[in-house]
Amino acid sequence: MNPTDPLSRVLYIDLEHRRFWTRDRRDLFEEWLGGTGVAIQLLKEELPKDADPLSPKNVIVFAVGPLTATYPFGSKTVAVFRSPLTGNLGESHAGGRSATSIRLAGYGAIVIKGASDTPIYLVVDESGVYFRDASALWGITSTLTVGRILREATLGQGYRSIMRIGKAGEKLVRYAAVMTETYRHFGRLGLGAVFGSKKLKAIVIRGGGSVPIYDKRGYREVYKQVFELAVKSDLMKKYHDLGTPMNVLPLNRIGALPTRNLTSARFDGAEKISGERIAGEKLGRRLACSNCPIACIHLAALKEPYPDEPYFYKTTFISYDYEPIYALGTMLGISDIDGLLKLLDVVEIYGLDAMSTGVCLAWATEALQKGIISRRETIVDLRWGDFENYIKAAVNIVDQPNEFYEVLARGVEKASERYGGREFALSFGGNEMPGYHTGYGAHIGFLIGSRHSHLDCAGYSLDQKLKEPLPPRELVERLIEEESWRQILSSLVACFFARGIYKPEMVVKALKTLGYDYDVDGLKDLGRKIYEEKQRLKHELGFKPEALKPPERVLETESPHGTLNIEYFDEALRAYRETLSRIISQG
Amino acid sequence: MSSAKRLEIVDSERCVGCQLCMYACERRFGDAGFARSAILVRSVGGVERGFTVIVCRACRDPPCAKVCPTGALTPRSGGGVNLNPSKCIGCGFCVESCPIGAVFWNYEANKPIICTYCGYCAEFCPHGVLRLGEVRGE
Repeated sequence: MNPTDPLSRVLYIDLEHRRFWTRDRRDLFEEWLGGTGVAIQLLKEELPKDADPLSPKNVIVFAVGPLTATYPFGSKTVAVFRSPLTGNLGESHAGGRSATSIRLAGYGAIVIKGASDTPIYLVVDESGVYFRDASALWGITSTLTVGRILREATLGQGYRSIMRIGKAGEKLVRYAAVMTETYRHFGRLGLGAVFGSKKLKAIVIRGGGSVPIYDKRGYREVYKQVFELAVKSDLMKKYHDLGTPMNVLPLNRIGALPTRNLTSARFDGAEKISGERIAGEKLGRRLACSNCPIACIHLAALKEPYPDEPYFYKTTFISYDYEPIYALGTMLGISDIDGLLKLLDVVEIYGLDAMSTGVCLAWATEALQKGIISRRETIVDLRWGDFENYIKAAVNIVDQPNEFYEVLARGVEKASERYGGREFALSFGGNEMPGYHTGYGAHIGFLIGSRHSHLDCAGYSLDQKLKEPLPPRELVERLIEEESWRQILSSLVACFFARGIYKPEMVVKALKTLGYDYDVDGLKDLGRKIYEEKQRLKHELGFKPEALKPPERVLETESPHGTLNIEYFDEALRAYRETLSRIISQG
Repeated sequence: MSSAKRLEIVDSERCVGCQLCMYACERRFGDAGFARSAILVRSVGGVERGFTVIVCRACRDPPCAKVCPTGALTPRSGGGVNLNPSKCIGCGFCVESCPIGAVFWNYEANKPIICTYCGYCAEFCPHGVLRLGEVRGE
């Protein structure tokens, strides 16, 4: 790497003693690139293996990489921590401006340790950290309000990022999110609850500096190539036009759109909440992450009349994407656009992860229908499509007015262990299911992916490309190979949507201008090494691969590859466990 | 009539806040980031309300040149200003004088960042917000 690149500076923050220091960790950045690669190493160093996720011993690492702020799509921050939802490795990525702000404040990673005894927020800039009292911000209902206050209270408009939690994080909902720039999220696996447990309400990061480039002429040229590929080819256009909700109709058409707690894979109301329909009727604005020419963030403008005065309206901007439409729309049988948007808005305001919330509410609805639980538990009547009651239930997950909602705030696995209905609790390794019932690739991917996310290895995409399922062992190999390459993307850190642009050859070329000497094979090897490091860390944190199994519901509802059978899963999981034991014994 | 160039904001409502213009401006020097960028994109009180793009509009009668005590900033023929860094003492009056906030500061050099109207930023604006145009008569 370029010896003058500040990427290797790591900022350590101790919340308990309100101290901070920086260390040059060229050793880590030389070996592991940045992002996920470095974050895993920092977590390994700092996290006591017996740390309870919600205790002061848990550690949060944010990391960026060489492509951050230097190349288009280098716009993602990687967060790793111990997840309060699964108890194991938590990893979550967010766009917005946090990555470029961290990088341009002169850091490659931020390590947060300990806990504060009173609410605080942090302001981070190139000179270090300011610890500020957040007592007045604690308990504010809306994360949007918190953002508005911090925008006024801190400097650096245009050069900063404001990460914050909502009430869900304060109340330790195990799938609470951290939002950044209002509409982007560290959504999955409960980083918001870890913030809450540390009484950390927000982090403002201000970064207006620059990164010295190793080969300046080459840099300008390669930047332009990437830019032109992005704006002049079709590689990225779909993300701009309709954005991720373009998936609603195609998935529905092939029968892969999980609906009403996956009792079906087709939704009769899909047309009404499709990407085309929402863009046509409601799209109000598009936004981009810093240094991204595409602008995939779609905001719907919801105009609502006030009931108490004629011709008096409020207009709310609500971010929508495929996964929230799946989890809070099709999974709950909601086909009313305005109702769906109102529910999305409440989930945003309270700082819940949209996907986990939707899956939990879908399970609760079916459990209520089946009489496993009653209105005594749910308080409100949960019925498919009844968005008004779902809004009340989402607020109840945060406020936790009874034991049922306290348990539901721990995730669908815990709730089904306590109340029953495990066969239709859509949990994979303790994480709620993503929105794809495309076949074996998707579901085995959710099970074996390091963070039990569809983004780990994109099995949903493989399913859609293949006419016939691969043999189980071959499928597992393909998924692990994809996940290994994605370790490079998330160490650079490049947005996965740009994976069609950042093919290995392009990554080699871009890295060369930044003073890195990799070839394609070297990068792929590093990807595998990072993947293996992650598996070893998961093992040390107590991961039990033998406990993984698909929810029964997945085997009941037909997929585009027909009814999925358990023998296939068993064989694939056996192959996966064998790979894991080999990795662990080599460690 | 002179044909001096300047940057025009065609339509700030088309801006998605990607900041590619800011990065392009820094890339003139071959580096990445914002430290020497002469253009700023910031939200109008939250990204949901859209963005403001701040860049020198190449005034005919530039206040920044008027307040410069050393003659480092001089009016450019046709509009806008030229900076002679060797004359600049870093007083920052120019920053204060610009009502649109388009004089930025280079903290390393302790001198203002003045747009040179090169149009490199506009080449990287993917959504038609910016254009290199001509200074029009007032």
